[in-house]
Amino acid sequence: MMTLLLLKLPYFTVVVLTLLGLAAMVFKKNLIKILMGLSLMESAVNLFLVATGYRMGGVAPIFTNAPSPHMTLPTVQALTLTSIVIGVATSAMMLSFAMVIYKKYGTVDSQKVKKLKG
Amino acid sequence: MKMTKIVRTTADVFYPFCLVFGLYVVIHGHLTPGGGFQGGAVMATGAALLIVAHAYEDITGRIRKTAMKILEAIGLLTFLFAGLSGILFHRPFMANWMAQTGKLFGNTVAHGPNPGDLNTAGLLPLLNVGVGIEVLGGLTVILLYMLSGIKEEKKP
Amino acid sequence: MMKIALFSAILLVLFGGLMYIAADLPFGSPPVSDMDDYFIRNGQEQTGANNIVTSIVFDFRGFDTLGEATVLFTAVLGVGMMFRKMKEGEEYEND
Repeated sequence: MMTLLLLKLPYFTVVVLTLLGLAAMVFKKNLIKILMGLSLMESAVNLFLVATGYRMGGVAPIFTNAPSPHMTLPTVQALTLTSIVIGVATSAMMLSFAMVIYKKYGTVDSQKVKKLKG
Repeated sequence: MKMTKIVRTTADVFYPFCLVFGLYVVIHGHLTPGGGFQGGAVMATGAALLIVAHAYEDITGRIRKTAMKILEAIGLLTFLFAGLSGILFHRPFMANWMAQTGKLFGNTVAHGPNPGDLNTAGLLPLLNVGVGIEVLGGLTVILLYMLSGIKEEKKP
Repeated sequence: MMKIALFSAILLVLFGGLMYIAADLPFGSPPVSDMDDYFIRNGQEQTGANNIVTSIVFDFRGFDTLGEATVLFTAVLGVGMMFRKMKEGEEYEND
């Protein structure tokens, strides 16, 4: 049991991070905390992408003074790089939305922003 | 809101080092870990350091919003025109026509570990510099806009 | 109160299921990927870059990176639009 936990530690971390982010997005009313949950889920996705490409004992796919030619998969790392940039752009957008909502309504509680009530 | 004099002086001293380290990460992007986005983020961190240490009103004279916007546009245009330049040489868009030719950025590289040579990789250093400039401008503009939206609380 | 209990139950079930799936995924020995092996073997000779990740991001998937740069540019434009200077007497529409 303990060995399984240690062998698959990155994937279990991914599960815990995803569910923490989901719980924050479902249970919290504050817009900033919802955004924190979203960022947490983003990091979980990035960690999952990098973990899927790991080869046991491999080095980073960079040939400058590489100690061995046994390398991890590079494509998932490139995709993670793209994902991080998109994450920065979306978080900047959504934080600005939260700031404008605070300016207009005087609160960031998603229950009290009356015009958004469904 | 100003920090103390010690913090402000330290920020002033560290700002050029941040920029130089970011530039190093950007132009060595094809040899070492890092690249355009990471280096640009490091350079923007220098700007964030200044903004945190000084008051917003004092910083607008040193880091100008319009200059950063122009930098961002220049970065994206560098990327676009570096990609388009392959068309002049009858190659498709984004083709790496400068690699392995023996001219600028064109030293040949054999397969396998090597100590690294800055004068390789063809178009990639140009694209790295373009993205680095764009990220520096973009993140700094986002920081400046967000800070300009905050009103300082009046002391009672 | 009912809702919170329901969501908690759903989250617990999700936790169990995802943990079960995660225990079955192979870590450290990914399935054979021809594309990655091709990049590692030929990327250095074709692009001249030692850093394979950079050669993928900027050369093999350069179009993708162009889109990414455009997304960043558009995000900055959007932030700038939201925090623009208001004209004299102009307010957010607030009734």
